[in-house]
Amino acid sequence: MIAKKSIKCLVTVILAVLPFFSFAQHGNEHGEEETEFNANDLINGHIGDSHEFHMFDYDGEAYSFYLPVILWTDNGLTIFSSKAFHHDNSGHHVVEKGGHSFVRDTEVIYYTDKYETLTADDKNAFNFDARPLDFSITKNVFSMILSAIILFLLFSAVARSYKKNDKAPKGLASFMEPLITFVRDDIAIPNIGEHKYAKFMPYLLTIFFFIWINNLIGLVPFFPFSSNLTGNIYFTFVLAFITFLVTTFSGNKTYWKHILMPPVPKALYPIMIPIEFIGMLTKPFALMIRLFANITAGHIIILSLVSLIFIFKTPAIAPVSGFFVLFMSALELLVAALQAYVFTLLSALFIGQAVAEDHH
Amino acid sequence: MNLIAPESLVFWTTAIFIIFFFLLKKFAWKPILGAVKGREDSINKALMSAEEARREIQNLKADNERILHEARAEREDMLKDAREIKNKIISDAKDEAQKQSHNMIEAAKSAIESEKKSAMIELKNHVAELSLEIAEKVVRGELSNKDKQLELVESLLGKSSLN
Repeated sequence: MIAKKSIKCLVTVILAVLPFFSFAQHGNEHGEEETEFNANDLINGHIGDSHEFHMFDYDGEAYSFYLPVILWTDNGLTIFSSKAFHHDNSGHHVVEKGGHSFVRDTEVIYYTDKYETLTADDKNAFNFDARPLDFSITKNVFSMILSAIILFLLFSAVARSYKKNDKAPKGLASFMEPLITFVRDDIAIPNIGEHKYAKFMPYLLTIFFFIWINNLIGLVPFFPFSSNLTGNIYFTFVLAFITFLVTTFSGNKTYWKHILMPPVPKALYPIMIPIEFIGMLTKPFALMIRLFANITAGHIIILSLVSLIFIFKTPAIAPVSGFFVLFMSALELLVAALQAYVFTLLSALFIGQAVAEDHH
Repeated sequence: MNLIAPESLVFWTTAIFIIFFFLLKKFAWKPILGAVKGREDSINKALMSAEEARREIQNLKADNERILHEARAEREDMLKDAREIKNKIISDAKDEAQKQSHNMIEAAKSAIESEKKSAMIELKNHVAELSLEIAEKVVRGELSNKDKQLELVESLLGKSSLN
């Protein structure tokens, strides 16, 4: 019953966003010449973020799900559909909206007048002079919202089933409960301790399931999934930063004493205290890099294997590629769960270190 | 890698994660963790009370065992007592009977003795009477004439001596 309801909700959501769909003809602005296959561009395009959700190509036309572009310019917010760029990513197609004109180059939106003056080296996402602030709902943001909705429906359904049933869990709850008790008994309690773990359970559960489902979404190769959210370093940065904040703000006297007055001779303090502060930052930094690198690497390997077919220009390599892609996908399924586990485990470990009582 | 503008994903991740976290905390984690904890507690309590009941039953069993044991011992004692009493009664009765019969035999013996004595006396008396009668008759016959009477008396007196 609960599953049926969730499907109904999902269908409703999809129907609600359907007006955003439209089918646009790919602007053949570069003419009809055959371009050389470039595996680098293909892979970068797939593991990166984008303003529209490319679904498939048919008869030389690209069919996409157009997501809203939200720009913060001198004139305030400017919102328009990413359809306006007509799939252009080379700075050729000029869009006039909200009193400004914009161009897009490799998924970065610039002011047209400033873009004209940029050299190739200046064309990057960190050139804040030449571009408006971009708060677009990108492919990754879209998939993050999707995953949040799925998880919320899933777990509120589980929570509801507990209200009706105070005996052994049934259905969905019996599937989810071992995962929840796993996070509690094998991640939170051993690392944080019996007395203090309860406060951090919601956070640990949230990151565990949030990372896991987004890892899985990244493995599904078709719309509305296929984004590479957990392989995006901004996303992992935010999660690691939240873990850093949680760790820092729950740190007790012992934790701070260890950083500010480490148990070494006073003469070493000028060296030790900076090292301790760097240590505070390296832990979440490692979290950020680990998740990003693991997930992105998996995607790159799978895409490279598929690219082999186009590089060798023969279908004969397809069975080999197919076999390896299958193998890698199975491995990635494991990695998806493993990285969610590792991120949660290390977060719990850092929190545990911050709240641990003095043992000296 | 098309990293797009960093502020987009950083902003949305922060916003969505925080909203998502508080929604889930309120509508999912709290009720779920509460229910799981509650159930675990109730299971633990049920197990504990089952253990308690088991222990009580064991105690009860031990008690029963002990009571049974005691009852058996008591029965044993009672049987032993009864056997002793029985033996005593039998031996007492035997003694009594022996004494009784002994007395009776004694009485019979003494009675027989006295009877014999009196019979003897009577017999003596009878023999004396008889001899007197015989003597009288003989004397009467002998003494039909005077000479003979005297002769006889003299011979009789001379020969027989009374025993």
